Amino acid sequence: MCSRTTNPPSPREEHGKSISTLEGMGFRAGQGLIERFTKETPSFKDELDIMKFICKEFWTNLFRKQIDNLRTNHQGTYVLQDNRFRLLTPVSNGKQYLEEAPKFLAFTCGLVRGALSNLGIDSTVTAEVSVMPACKFHIIMQKS
Amino acid sequence: MSRQANRGTESKKMNSELFTLTYGALVTQLCKDYENDEDVNKQLDKMGYNIGVRLIEDFLARSNVGRCHDFRETADVIAKVAFKMYLGITPSVTNWSAAGDEFSLILENNPLVDFVELPDNHSGLIYSNLLCGVLRGALEMVQMAIDVKFVQDTLKGDNVTEIRLKFIKRIEENLPAGEE
Repeated sequence: MCSRTTNPPSPREEHGKSISTLEGMGFRAGQGLIERFTKETPSFKDELDIMKFICKEFWTNLFRKQIDNLRTNHQGTYVLQDNRFRLLTPVSNGKQYLEEAPKFLAFTCGLVRGALSNLGIDSTVTAEVSVMPACKFHIIMQKS
Repeated sequence: MSRQANRGTESKKMNSELFTLTYGALVTQLCKDYENDEDVNKQLDKMGYNIGVRLIEDFLARSNVGRCHDFRETADVIAKVAFKMYLGITPSVTNWSAAGDEFSLILENNPLVDFVELPDNHSGLIYSNLLCGVLRGALEMVQMAIDVKFVQDTLKGDNVTEIRLKFIKRIEENLPAGEE
């Protein structure tokens, strides 16, 4: 059940709203970017082909490096590991500021979700970080 | 199987697209958050200011330029070094006032506005206003108070984009009590 309160949003709620706003901004940007990146590429064979493109060309165009490790269960779940994520390297080299990391990852989650969306794939994208600047992006394809 | 990406000059161009689209997403979000263009302009200026007060350190560290002796030198450094470093363009410096305290930067193209069109209901929006804030914040950190604004904008149909900078005053550094 949800309760309706007249109190101002808690810091936690504000934080959650900011994260999803950032993710939404990334989504729009990702849709635009994938259009431009794939103008001249031939169409993709399958889902795995798309994910490899995201890990290599897409990531390189955005962050000048590839994803370091891609894992999948071959059932629509993918984990993309970046050992030195460009948006985290200036933040910390360990656990300092870990609680701030979501703000630096939300936009990129949206970028990936937006890119996939324009390639015909609905997904959820979340990020996981335990020791900066390494992080993992979890992509779960939605069944249509 | 690998698909070779077209690197080389392409990679720089792609990065600027991320920049342009991210900035566009930012302005779009601000337009949703604030009801009128004037408030969006103010927010962009404020954000730019916050960026500028930090960016100046990065700039000074990477560019190795020394202290400027006069406002003309400042203008040249802004146009030829700073703009080149951060936006990849070199605006021209023109329209000096007689007193030498005011000049224009003319940008033939503005990377922030690639692929951008202003919708009709946002005629008061100064889309690239973040840049004004950046300049203001950065120069404040090197003891210069300036006034900066867009006077022409290709987004609004002008042929070029023109930013006007006016020197207001030197900001004195605070001396500890007891010194002259």
